[in-house]
Amino acid sequence: MKKQTIDSRPAGPKPWYDPRVRSLFFQVVAITLVFWGGWTLVDNTLSNMESRGISTGFGFLEESAGFGIIMHLVPYDATMSYGRTFWVGLTNTLLVSAMGVVAATILGFVLGIARLSSNWLVAKISLAYIEVIRNIPLLLQIFFWYFAVLSNLPSPRQSVDVGGTLFLNNRGLYLPEPLTQDGFGLVWGGVLAAIAAVIGIRLWAKKRQLATGQIFPTFKVGVAILVLVPIISYLVAGRPLEWEIPALKGFNFGGGITIIPELAALWIALSLYTASFIAEIVRSGILSVSKGQTEASKALGLPHGLTLRLVVIPQAMRVIIPPLTSQYLNLVKNSSLATAIGYPDLVAVFMGTTLNQTGQAVEVVAMTMAVYLTISLLISLFMNIYNRAVAIKER
Amino acid sequence: MTESTMKPPKKVLSPVNWMRQHLFSTWYNALLTVVVGYLIVTSVGPLLNWVFFDANFQGSDPSDCSGAGACWLFINQRLNFFIYGFYPDELQWRVDFMFLLLAVSFVPQFIERFPGRKWLGIFGMTGLPLIGFFLIPGGSFGLEQVESTKWGGLMLTLILAYIGIIASLPIGTLLALGRRSEMPIIRGLCVVFIEVWRAVPLITVLFMASVMLPLFLPEGMNFEKLARALIGITLWQSAYMAEVIRGGLQAIPRGQYEAADALGLGYWRKMGLIVLPQALKLVIPGIVNTFIALFKDTTLVLIIGLFDILGTVQSTVTDPAWQNVAVEGYVFVAFCFWVFCFGISQYSQKLERKLDTGHKT
Amino acid sequence: MGNPMTEQTQTSETQSSPRSEAGQKPDIIRVEGMHKWYGDFHVLKDLNLNVKQGERIVICGPSGSGKSTFIRCLNRLEEHQQGKIIVDEVELTDDVRHIDTVRREVGMVFQHFNLFPHLTVLENCCLSPIWVRKIPRKEAEASAMEYLERVKIPDQANKFPGQLSGGQQQRVAIARALCMKPKIMLFDEPTSALDPEMIKEVLDVMIELAGSGMTMLCVTHEMGFAKTVADRVIFMDGGEIVEEAPPHEFFTNPQEARTQKFLKQILQH
Repeated sequence: MKKQTIDSRPAGPKPWYDPRVRSLFFQVVAITLVFWGGWTLVDNTLSNMESRGISTGFGFLEESAGFGIIMHLVPYDATMSYGRTFWVGLTNTLLVSAMGVVAATILGFVLGIARLSSNWLVAKISLAYIEVIRNIPLLLQIFFWYFAVLSNLPSPRQSVDVGGTLFLNNRGLYLPEPLTQDGFGLVWGGVLAAIAAVIGIRLWAKKRQLATGQIFPTFKVGVAILVLVPIISYLVAGRPLEWEIPALKGFNFGGGITIIPELAALWIALSLYTASFIAEIVRSGILSVSKGQTEASKALGLPHGLTLRLVVIPQAMRVIIPPLTSQYLNLVKNSSLATAIGYPDLVAVFMGTTLNQTGQAVEVVAMTMAVYLTISLLISLFMNIYNRAVAIKER
Repeated sequence: MTESTMKPPKKVLSPVNWMRQHLFSTWYNALLTVVVGYLIVTSVGPLLNWVFFDANFQGSDPSDCSGAGACWLFINQRLNFFIYGFYPDELQWRVDFMFLLLAVSFVPQFIERFPGRKWLGIFGMTGLPLIGFFLIPGGSFGLEQVESTKWGGLMLTLILAYIGIIASLPIGTLLALGRRSEMPIIRGLCVVFIEVWRAVPLITVLFMASVMLPLFLPEGMNFEKLARALIGITLWQSAYMAEVIRGGLQAIPRGQYEAADALGLGYWRKMGLIVLPQALKLVIPGIVNTFIALFKDTTLVLIIGLFDILGTVQSTVTDPAWQNVAVEGYVFVAFCFWVFCFGISQYSQKLERKLDTGHKT
Repeated sequence: MGNPMTEQTQTSETQSSPRSEAGQKPDIIRVEGMHKWYGDFHVLKDLNLNVKQGERIVICGPSGSGKSTFIRCLNRLEEHQQGKIIVDEVELTDDVRHIDTVRREVGMVFQHFNLFPHLTVLENCCLSPIWVRKIPRKEAEASAMEYLERVKIPDQANKFPGQLSGGQQQRVAIARALCMKPKIMLFDEPTSALDPEMIKEVLDVMIELAGSGMTMLCVTHEMGFAKTVADRVIFMDGGEIVEEAPPHEFFTNPQEARTQKFLKQILQH
């Protein structure tokens, strides 16, 4: 860079015609407006809170909550702090989300594939399911399962009794709880050994295929090992497992595992609803693989099954995964509808009861939103990494 | 050339052949057909009985329901409440008039070649909300005022969804332009705004609007509950709208931007005259889809105590006067939503296919 | 594992059937009175064709004449409704095993390459040998590299199809088909999706392949290729074989009016 080149430049435009000056000006204005707006809000809020006698800060998290929660995965009772209610709510949200993601994925893939089935009846049933379920509001479906179906189940004394071990009534689903006894370590050992064996066989089979070209039925043998080895080790160890059977005590059942109707209704509705969207994603993902690809694969002599496995599915998954994760994100957000039927998720417990009792809206809302924001950012981070890993390379 | 009159050897498509091809082609298809068919046959009969043959349509109070089938007279009895909420009976003609305008503006959109349907659509987006703004609440032009607390039912559901979409369109457009702007600070602000709203559930937004909004405002200034909900819904929806419109902006080829630059158009003329008209046309299906999503999501306002259609039904089925009519109530609401959403989604799919072919040629 | 068996039985079956011609080399493809319809539209009308082993045939004709459909019938990418197609002694019927047998012996190159975008060039070539022929990967890769060298792009082996030019992709597609060591190669307008400067590199590979004695059926508009390589040129129009002649005769002395018209149009440029 010589000085002369700068000197020889023609005189610049008047500052207000210079795009860079303009852009700087707009941005300064924007940031000033945002700060001014933010400051006004903070100022208003502080003076409002003062006049209503609401305290500020996160001190309330240490205070005793004083209310009970019908379901908690982490230990909790009414003497514990508001901070604890946050964790109870968060774990409950994560529980129902995880259950929903698993069920919706399985059902969604089945429905999506069924939609493309050569069986006319199956394809039409799947289509009808998708078009009905996804056009009805989720909240309505949650209400339906909770108020119309589960509430109409018989009372505990008239429970639906399945073999004397499993009970269903309007207070929930009662399942026997497995209690591990001495020697159960052997069963865990069996499970681990089976997993290790399957991985070993997979590696060996791959190596053998590379070397000799022979294909080993890894899947069938693997499933057999995974099922048989733990059962055998369970029998060898002398069946070290006892079941705690739920039993009617007074007006309700005690013992065993309880799935409360709120959880059940939310889980069923979330899974059925999200599955209808996932089904459409799966279907369009499979259809997105062009006809030329399957033709080329057929022309190479690959039979139908291998064409699906080696050519269609790997390409379809690249199309399916991004919208699939955004459906998972929707499911997590939709789990907040728990509030409407009283399942104690994060929004119901923390943004509901805790907020009402403490009145500290700003802190509570900020914490709740931060949780959802974090989940969302984590999922998009995962998404970006995945996309970069599988992106089909082009020039 | 005589051969061209030859007909293909007819594979006779008798019902038997058709079934063999489509229902029983392999052993597992046959098994599936049998199982699914059995389930359908066994469930359809009782369902039809419940819905039609054993159902009660006539009567005036709960005792007229036999209990063997659906109690549809319950819907009949409370229909006024489900549609208008607490809106005074003698003033309901205003709501009916708005329903009529809505139908006149949008039903022709489903009919190809309906004369002037574009203008009806534009009226629906501009004039209609303006008329509604004065007609529904009243209080001016000599119209009697109706408090927003009296609004409810289907009418409220439509108001929430409609205003949510109409108001979020301009905000979403600005946000989308901002997100594609070359100014880093503007872009950053828009990205943060969009991503934060999209990350949080609507229910937290509604809570925030009903609990925190009063705290944000200077003392003495306050909105009704409905207005607060609308503000929340609009902000939340505009973030989604921004992403839909951004998709359209990205689909416009670079050449269009360059051509506009070459013509010497400034930023706002370039966007307003060249880019946005094309982009918005492209994203109409996307906008319709977000509208469907929002329409279903408006049911959430019942959690903050507004009586939308689901809210009115919910409050009735929990009314001790009517016993065990929850299923009927939910089926009724589900049917209302389904008709709207399915109809609109068919329209958007048709549009999508049309735009698709438009692009290839 | 059952495939050699089916091939065996098939062979004995067809050998017992009367063979009409007395040529020294056997006919590797026989098409007899073949018809095809799309719905009520009669696309292919009474086609008859015998191809001897090592023969090179070019099929040409105006667009919509059914030439692509015809060639796609030969490995059952399209179904025919009437008549017989016998490829390498196996008749193409609804039987899946026959179809798989034929497809293993017939390589195909498509107009739009149809490479698998999620696999590298080498993986594209090895896919079928490994999973269908059950060849050890090392061997499959070594043989694939030989074919890639033959089509002159061994250095691109580890790239993805999307990173190659059209001409290179088409050459990979040829190598991929050759990796199955097919007895017959079908080409469905292999050069018509390519930029002019890339056509030559693909044609050079095809000419080299023709020199090696491969049986080839090629749908193309490249008349130069037809002149230098083809044993026979077939002209199709309206779903019929209108004319069939050695290239010299075909280009200098076409018999049919429709052929003359077509040649006039195509050779003007």
